[in-house]
Parts: sequence; structure tokens; C-alpha cells
Amino acid sequence: MRSAVIVFPASNCDRDAHDALAQLSGREPHMVWHGDSDVPDVDLIVLPGGFAYGDYLRCGAMAAHSHIMRDIKRKAEQGIAVLGICNGFQILTEAGLLPGALMRNADLKFVCRPVELVVEESQSGFTRKYSKGERVRFPVAHGEGNYFADEATLDRLEGEGRVVFRYAPGENPNGSARDIAGILNEKRNVLGLMPHPERACDPLLGSTTGRALFQSLIESLT
Amino acid sequence: MKARVFVTLKNGVLDPQGKAIGHALNNLGFGSVGEVRQGKVIDIELTEKDEQAARANLKQMCEKLLANTVIEKYEIELRH
Repeated sequence: MRSAVIVFPASNCDRDAHDALAQLSGREPHMVWHGDSDVPDVDLIVLPGGFAYGDYLRCGAMAAHSHIMRDIKRKAEQGIAVLGICNGFQILTEAGLLPGALMRNADLKFVCRPVELVVEESQSGFTRKYSKGERVRFPVAHGEGNYFADEATLDRLEGEGRVVFRYAPGENPNGSARDIAGILNEKRNVLGLMPHPERACDPLLGSTTGRALFQSLIESLT
Repeated sequence: MKARVFVTLKNGVLDPQGKAIGHALNNLGFGSVGEVRQGKVIDIELTEKDEQAARANLKQMCEKLLANTVIEKYEIELRH
């Protein structure tokens, strides 16, 4: 699997994404600067966590209009897999590649801890190595992860099996509607999630339950 | 021409910051404070002379960048 990690000014999980991809796929991902105009020919594009552009205006708002996003939108439409983690998820919603918005955490606190998630959907290129209902443990680290969409959109996401990750009962760290932690686009090639699977790939970091996400991608894209 | 753009959360969208501000005002003794909603003010200088063109342009700016219309609404004020 050939992959690229997009680096924005103030991305801070780009190296984590790089290491997870390099270790699990055995191939060095391209590190692509946000000011570049093209992403190299790859199977997976990762928008990493961080605080792109200092979260100016709204989280992800400036990054969603950066130079590289034009090519990412084009490639997403062509069916190339795109994974947005944390700030990457915020960027995808701001860019209109995923529905809804990520708002300030309901209790106004920045939350930084491992959370338990339920894999709601294994019928996707991102989660085929998980089984439906499986519990995983990924860290979260965000102040704006409160997923919001209107009721019709939420119903549609649920009805179409596009809610892929949900915070386990009692674990919702941010007030997200219907405990939603991660969603797919309609074509199922774009996934955005607030928790960090790339930080759950090494036993040193306390959990390896994120590996299956990257292994799913490797299996479906190689 | 100068423009002032107000960006606020749509009605019905929870505003925890506004709520916290309301609580703080109550604690300061402002007992008459009811609901508080927080928003942004963005001042923009424009070279345009035509008011209608400026308004149309500002609307596009709001839709494309200044407001996230999933959760926010906006108002435009022009000053000469």
C-alpha cells in the first residue's frame, strides 16, 4: 500500500501516522507539504492530527482551503482512500468531504485520555479486519470533537451504516451526537474519526487495537 | 467601504461557551442575565464602491469560509 501523510503548519501527529504506516505497511509514506499542488500517486491519503493553522477561525477551516486540498478532493472523488484523524476529521468536514461539524467539547475541557470505542461497521475498507461490535481502545486528544449534524443527516448516517466508530456507553468524552466517534462518506472511501488509531499501534503506547485499521487498509488497497 | 460580519451559532445549536459566560455573569451578581450566546465579529475593508456588489461578495465569503453554515449563521453590516 502506497500512502501519503499531509503535513500542515502545526500538524503534530504526522510523525505518528508516518511511523504506524511505515511499520505496518513496510513502505515509507510520502510526507506531503500542504502548499504542494499534487499528492503523489498513492492508495491512501492521511490527514493527521494537530492544530493546522493554529485552529484560526475554526478548527480545520483554513486547512480545508489550503493548496493541496484541491487535489485531495479530486482524488477522493476518484475513490482514493482518505483517512482524517482528529484535526484531519475536522478538516474533512470543513472541506465538505464529510457531513456535519465538530464543535467545542460540551464541557469546554480539552480531553486527553484513552477511550473505549465500539466498531459499529466492519463492512468498509478501513475496518474489515475488525468484527462488528468489537471494542477497541484509542487515545483522544482534542478540545473540539463534539460531533454535530442535523437529525436527518444523523439518521441517514446510521441508516447507511456510515457510523463506523461510536464511543462505548458512558465513554463519550465530548458530547458528540449519538456517541459518534467516526463516520464514512457516501462512497465509503473517506473516513474521519476523532480518536487516534495511529497512537494505538505500539505496545509501548498502551494499546495495539489501532493496528487492525491500518491492516484493513493494507489488505483492501494492496 | 468597510464591512462587519457577525457569525453566531444557529438557534438550537448548543453553545457551551455562552452558557459558561452566563454562569459567570450570574456569579458576578448580574442576576438579570438569561441566556447568553457567543459569536465572532470580523471586520473587513473592501475596495469595492458598489454596495450591492460588496454585499454579494461578502455573502460568498461567509458561505465559503467565514461561517460554517452547518452550525453557524451570519449577518453582514456595511459602513461607508
